[in-house]
Amino acid sequence: MGVLPGTSPETTADAGFGLELRGLSVAYGARTILRDLSLDVPSGSTTCLLGPSGIGKSTLLRRVAGLIDGPGTVRATDGLPLTGRAALMGQGDGLLPWLSALDNVLLGSRLRGERADRDRGLAMLARVGLAEAAASRPATLSGGMRQRVALARTLMEDCPLVLMDEPFSAVDALTRLRLQDLAAEMLAGHTVLMVTHDPWEAIRISHAITVMTGDPATISLTLKPDGGTPRAIDTDTARDHWRQLMDALGEMA
Amino acid sequence: MSRFLTATVTTCVLLGLWQGYVWVSGIEPFLLPGPIAVFETLFARHELILRHLGTTAQEIVLGLLIGTLLGVTAAILIHAIPAARRIGLPLLVISQAVPVFALAPLLVLWLGYGLWSKVAMAVLIIFFPVTTAFLDGLRRTEPGMLDLASIMSATLSPFGRTVALMLHVRIPAALPALASGLRVATGVAPIGAVVGEWVGSSAGLGYLMLHANGRMQIDLLFAALFVLALFSVLLWLSVDALLRRALPWQPDSFAR
Repeated sequence: MGVLPGTSPETTADAGFGLELRGLSVAYGARTILRDLSLDVPSGSTTCLLGPSGIGKSTLLRRVAGLIDGPGTVRATDGLPLTGRAALMGQGDGLLPWLSALDNVLLGSRLRGERADRDRGLAMLARVGLAEAAASRPATLSGGMRQRVALARTLMEDCPLVLMDEPFSAVDALTRLRLQDLAAEMLAGHTVLMVTHDPWEAIRISHAITVMTGDPATISLTLKPDGGTPRAIDTDTARDHWRQLMDALGEMA
Repeated sequence: MSRFLTATVTTCVLLGLWQGYVWVSGIEPFLLPGPIAVFETLFARHELILRHLGTTAQEIVLGLLIGTLLGVTAAILIHAIPAARRIGLPLLVISQAVPVFALAPLLVLWLGYGLWSKVAMAVLIIFFPVTTAFLDGLRRTEPGMLDLASIMSATLSPFGRTVALMLHVRIPAALPALASGLRVATGVAPIGAVVGEWVGSSAGLGYLMLHANGRMQIDLLFAALFVLALFSVLLWLSVDALLRRALPWQPDSFAR
C-alpha cells in the first residue's frame, strides 16, 4: 500500500487537515471495484490518483465524498467529521443549464438556504477571468469557460478539502494546460485529491502521485515529484517521472 | 411568414377540394354541407356559437389548470415518498387503463350537468400525461448534478437535503419534460370537455354539436366543430409559446 509520509515541503498554506483512508472496499453487486484500499492525503497539498479508465478512481472519490457507503474509514487528520468541509469538481462541469454563471457559482449557498454572497461570487468569477460572463447561461459559454465557472463554484464553497474527478478531461490540450495552471494557483493551500488518467496532468499539478492498477484496484506506485506546481513538463525529470508512471500503469496489462 | 403562407395555401386547397366535391357530387347539405355554407352559418349564428365556446373554453382551461396542479403534485409525491410510490404508481396506470369515456356518465351523475363534471373529465384525461412526463423528468436528473448538490448540502438534515435537491435541481431539470406533458395535455384536454358535454349538459360546443346533429343542422355542427378546432389550435400554440419562453435554456431544434 502506498502510504505517504507527512506534508510536502513546497506547501505554502496549511489547509488544516489531510485525509486518512483505511481499508476502503466498494462492490457493485458481484463486482468488487475496490478492496481494502488505504491512502494518506497530506494536508495542504495536491495528491493525484492516476489510473486507467474504469479502474475505480471515481468510485474511490465518491466513497471519500460520502456519496456511497462501504467498509473502511475515511477520516480527517484533525479528527473532525468531513461533512460540509469537502467540495467536489466532477468530470463534466455539472453546471445547471437554467442558471447564469453567477447563480451557478452561488448554488451551494442557495441549496443550504444561506444568503448568497453575490459580491464574493462575482469576485470568484473575476479570479477565473470570467467577470463579464456572470449573466451568461452555460450553453452560451465554451467548454473551457464552463470548467472555469465550475472551478469558481468549487472555490466559492471555501472548503479545505477539494475532490476533483478528471476535471479537465473534456477540454482541448491548450485549454487544459491553462486550466491546470489556474487550478494549481487557486487551489494552493487546499488539500486536493484529484483523479486523472493523464500522467502529464498528474506530473504538472500534483505534489504526490499515486498509481492505481489491477482489478480490484490497488495502489502500485507512489511518486513525489520535486518542486512547486504547476510544474514544467519539458524537463528530463518530468520525462523520467512520466516513464515511471507509464511503467507502473503498464504492469496491469 | 413562409410558414403562415404554407398553412394558408394548404387550408385553401383542402377547403377547395371539399367545396369541389360538394358541387360535383351534389351531396345533400344535411349529409355534408360545403365550406361556404358552413362559413355562412358561422357568421349568421356566431353569437350562439361564441356563447357555447365560452362554456367549453372555461371547462378546458379550468381542467388544464387543475389537472396540471394535481399531476405535478402527484409526480413530486410519487418521486419523493416511497409509500406514495408503491400506492401511486399502480393507481396511475389503472387510472389510464380505465377508459375515461366510460367514466363520463358516472361523473355527470356525481357532479351534475354543469361545469364541474366536464372539468373533471378534462382533469382525468390530462392527469396521466402530465404526471408521467414530469415523473420521468424528475427521475432523469443528471447524476453529476445530484452528486455535486448532495455534497454542497451535506450539512443539511436528510429531509432538508431532499427538499433542497428537489427545489433547486430536480424540479428545474424536469421542467422540459413537464413541458412535453403539458403540450400533450393541452392537445387532449378539449376531448375531455367535449365528451363530458356529449354525455350530459345544457351548454358548450359539444352540446351544441350534438343538438345540431339531432336536428340535421349539419352546417351548424361543422361551424361549431371549426370553432372548437380553431380554439384548440390557438390554445396549443399559446401554451407552446409560453413554455418556450419560460424555458429558454432548453435546446430546441428540428432536423436539418
